[in-house]
Amino acid sequence: MPSISIAEELAKKQREISVSEFFERNKQILGYDSATKALLTVVKEGVENALDATEEAEVLPDILVEVNKVDKDEFLVVIEDNGPGIVKKEVPNVFGRLLYGSRFHARRQSRGQQGLGISGAVMYGQLTTGKATKITSKVEEEDVAYQVELIVDTKKNMPNKVREDRVIYERAHGTRVEIPLRGRYAGGKQSIPEYLKATAIVNPHARITYKLPEGETVVLERASEDLPPKTKEIPPHPHGIELGTLMQMMKETKSYKLSAFLEEEFVRVSARVAKEICDSAGIDGDVKPKSLVLEEAKALHEAMQSAKLMAPPTDCLSPIGERLIKRGLKNVLGNLRPEFYAPPLTRDPSVYSGNPFQVEVGIVFGGDLPPDQPVDVLRFANRVPLMYQAGGCALTQAVGNVDWRRYGLEQRGGQGLPFGPAIVLVHVCSTKVPFTSEAKEAVATVDEIMTELDLALKECGRRLKTHLTKKAHRAKTKEKFEIVQLILPRIAEKSAKIVNKKVPTLDATITKIMGVVWVDETITYDRKQKRHTVTINVHNFTSAGKKLNLHLLMPRGLEAKSVEPKPTELRDDGKITWELKRIDSVTKASISFVLEGLDEAEYDESDVYVSGINPGLVIGAEPLPGDWELNYAEFEGEEGAAPEAAEEEGEIDYDETEESLEDE
Amino acid sequence: MSKKPKADVPVSNKAVDALYGIAEEIYEELDGGQIPKMKIPLRTKANIRFDTKHAVWKYGNLTGVRSAKKLKGALMLLRTMHVLEFIRDMIRENKSSTLREMYYISEGWDIAKFHAQEESNLLAEDLEVITQLLREDFKLRPEESGASVIGNLTLEEITRNGERKRINCRDDVGDAGYTIPYNVEKEKVKLIEADAKFVLAIETGGMFDRLVENGFDEDAKCILVHLKGQPSRSTRRLLKRLNEELKINVATFTDGDPWSFRIHASVAYGAIKTAHISEYLATPTAEFVGITASDILNYELPTDALTPRDIGALNAEMTDPRFNDEFWRSEIQAMLQINKKAEQQALAKYGLDYVTDTYLPEKLGPLGLM
Repeated sequence: MPSISIAEELAKKQREISVSEFFERNKQILGYDSATKALLTVVKEGVENALDATEEAEVLPDILVEVNKVDKDEFLVVIEDNGPGIVKKEVPNVFGRLLYGSRFHARRQSRGQQGLGISGAVMYGQLTTGKATKITSKVEEEDVAYQVELIVDTKKNMPNKVREDRVIYERAHGTRVEIPLRGRYAGGKQSIPEYLKATAIVNPHARITYKLPEGETVVLERASEDLPPKTKEIPPHPHGIELGTLMQMMKETKSYKLSAFLEEEFVRVSARVAKEICDSAGIDGDVKPKSLVLEEAKALHEAMQSAKLMAPPTDCLSPIGERLIKRGLKNVLGNLRPEFYAPPLTRDPSVYSGNPFQVEVGIVFGGDLPPDQPVDVLRFANRVPLMYQAGGCALTQAVGNVDWRRYGLEQRGGQGLPFGPAIVLVHVCSTKVPFTSEAKEAVATVDEIMTELDLALKECGRRLKTHLTKKAHRAKTKEKFEIVQLILPRIAEKSAKIVNKKVPTLDATITKIMGVVWVDETITYDRKQKRHTVTINVHNFTSAGKKLNLHLLMPRGLEAKSVEPKPTELRDDGKITWELKRIDSVTKASISFVLEGLDEAEYDESDVYVSGINPGLVIGAEPLPGDWELNYAEFEGEEGAAPEAAEEEGEIDYDETEESLEDE
Repeated sequence: MSKKPKADVPVSNKAVDALYGIAEEIYEELDGGQIPKMKIPLRTKANIRFDTKHAVWKYGNLTGVRSAKKLKGALMLLRTMHVLEFIRDMIRENKSSTLREMYYISEGWDIAKFHAQEESNLLAEDLEVITQLLREDFKLRPEESGASVIGNLTLEEITRNGERKRINCRDDVGDAGYTIPYNVEKEKVKLIEADAKFVLAIETGGMFDRLVENGFDEDAKCILVHLKGQPSRSTRRLLKRLNEELKINVATFTDGDPWSFRIHASVAYGAIKTAHISEYLATPTAEFVGITASDILNYELPTDALTPRDIGALNAEMTDPRFNDEFWRSEIQAMLQINKKAEQQALAKYGLDYVTDTYLPEKLGPLGLM
């Protein structure tokens, strides 16, 4: 791995933005406004720094977090990563100067954006304890690690080395930061373990090991071996640019002409568009960008905002993806034994004010989740958990705006946080997430984002509802299944014994009770072989023979093997069809296949559809959706579904008379 | 109700036949491809009718269906088959069991086992209603209820050794009184004579003991019967026999709450659960001597507020045909209005002798009993 070149390259990009005293006076906006929050913020900055460092070097993150209690209110936070390491001369700059970073101008999705993060933590530590932060970093090419203890000179915004050394380091490459600070350790929803778990959900490729005061060492194992695809860097889009940034860019550009500056340093600006912008602003396109005065810059900025432009490209975004969201949720929330993970939803990218963004939603339902409390909303921006300001956050509001009563959750008046055993994950990623403040704790309500969130939440809600409906259907049929499979044969046996006759055949009675075709699935998993064996049984509990087609939709990227019987059609897009032979009354047909190489949790329910039969007769499979694009012969001559009360009208169920009989 | 077969008599074919009939019907339905079901008279307040001949409330003509179409119904049918087999075997082997024993026997019935004794008791009653036989015919008996009697009543009980034992319920018993056995039919308990103007049936043990300690049975010349809450069949049957055979009037004395009203109803009008045998168990001439809602007001008794369950019970009584007369309607409505209930022992507010010196004479006097 060419770590040295990456480290060097990062070093080249470092730029200086000086405002260290500003930070000292405004530490509250950066998450240091209480002792409890300060401790979490330091951990947060360290972890995000570590994730960024490893991902940029395309290394699967292996991050260690330790919070050690030194004194009554003094802690030592240790964060260690397996990133590429930082070359010696850049270490003091990265950790000892505020607003010093490589990402500030980049138009791409990243965790940190201001470069205030880790050096802010160092400064907070030094302000509250008077002690220096110790950094140990090793790049792969060096035999030993570089270790330095430093503090920030807050007047000059320059690092001040207290001590430096060369030390032996276990890992081949990586960085370890030890920050002393005053703080307070607390549990609850905004605690460090909750933050780390949330981080693990949206970073399923990371292994996070943590040890907290008075706690055991906990390992959040990675759920995926795939690094998120590297995000591309794109130049800014004229619609999203702020006046200050525009002026800064004009000051720094190497272009001699304004038109060339626009064309080269912005995306979606052609020579023609650049001329249009200049004309509309009433500025000569040949002037030097540096020469523009404030009034001209304002006019240019206005012209840029109103220019008609193509939306920015969106391949600069890195959503987590539907499959990995589910994996991450299962990996971290598995001990709550949720009953259902609604298939997560990643919307197509969209644009607000020239900034590409994308939203993702996942819902976890049931199991040990508390049924009578407001749902838990896990908020994320660019893969970073948002722990504070839930009430003022667009992500929470979007959840509250949906009428969840339609999707099987309780909600007073159809708005506000719904009640029920559910966790809702909401992720927004963007080259520029619109936060409500510098503290980056809550996302601002932007129309385009709200619309996308609403669509995503509703779609995910529909998926939940589908599951709940199916479950209710199945429960009802399962009851009948129990009657005909377990109870009826025993009634027959006992009554025959008492009257001393032979046990009667029950087929006719069974079809009268069931009156349906029951599709039922069993999945077994072989841990050693990493193999799922899926069996789908189609029981015909109607009084006549039935012929039908069974369709199965394989999730993207999965391939069914050893399919029995051979499917009638097997398409590339994962659609499988069987035209089943006639199933006689009170018999069943079976289909089975094998999936190889998946984790157990990755396949727990098949998407099964039926056609060629009155769908009202079928329980356990949905009718084939209209967009399946298949033209099967019309079904005919079917009897209707066995009506619920086929017997005498007004018959009273003796066992459902709920009269209180407690007068004896 | 004298149906308990003696040990030396051949097994009752009536019961065996009736049970066979039930099993046969289920079998025929299955064999014919039908969904097995049983029709049972509804045992609800909506299905009790006044029987003018006996002046008690009996089941009407409404029936419900227990069908294998529903899980609960199917399970009850399966349990019925198990119970039929169990009873048939007991009759064959000349054994008997308590209702509680049957509940425990069902442990071996796998999915058909009862989850509470209430379920097995109900099923035994269902069989009574369907076959018009009594649970004694099925060799099922209740546990002792422990209800007791004190007063100048002489009876003869056949003991477990088969001996006749004459007992005077005042002189031959301790302070706890004569314990009512589960079988009080003539072949077990013979009523000899009584020197009493009336029988006072008392709901709570505390009040029973108070009246015993105050010597009320002798002062007022009455027989005290402790009901122990909702009275068992045998307690009600004994009251009925005292009234019918010895011509003694019965008065009930209970707490002042909706549940106590039902105690009186089961003594006087017939209980809903056992309406199929009301004519054996109910004493239509029994009088209620409180505590009523009016008593709570008139005697300014200490009270408790009604619970939501109490209110529900009172509202249910408003549509219970047994309470459909002026007296009960006004008392029930009054109780709902004052939203209060009182225990019979609340009379102790005025001293331990108040109940015997004042309250009962004031209540029983107008009835001509004191």
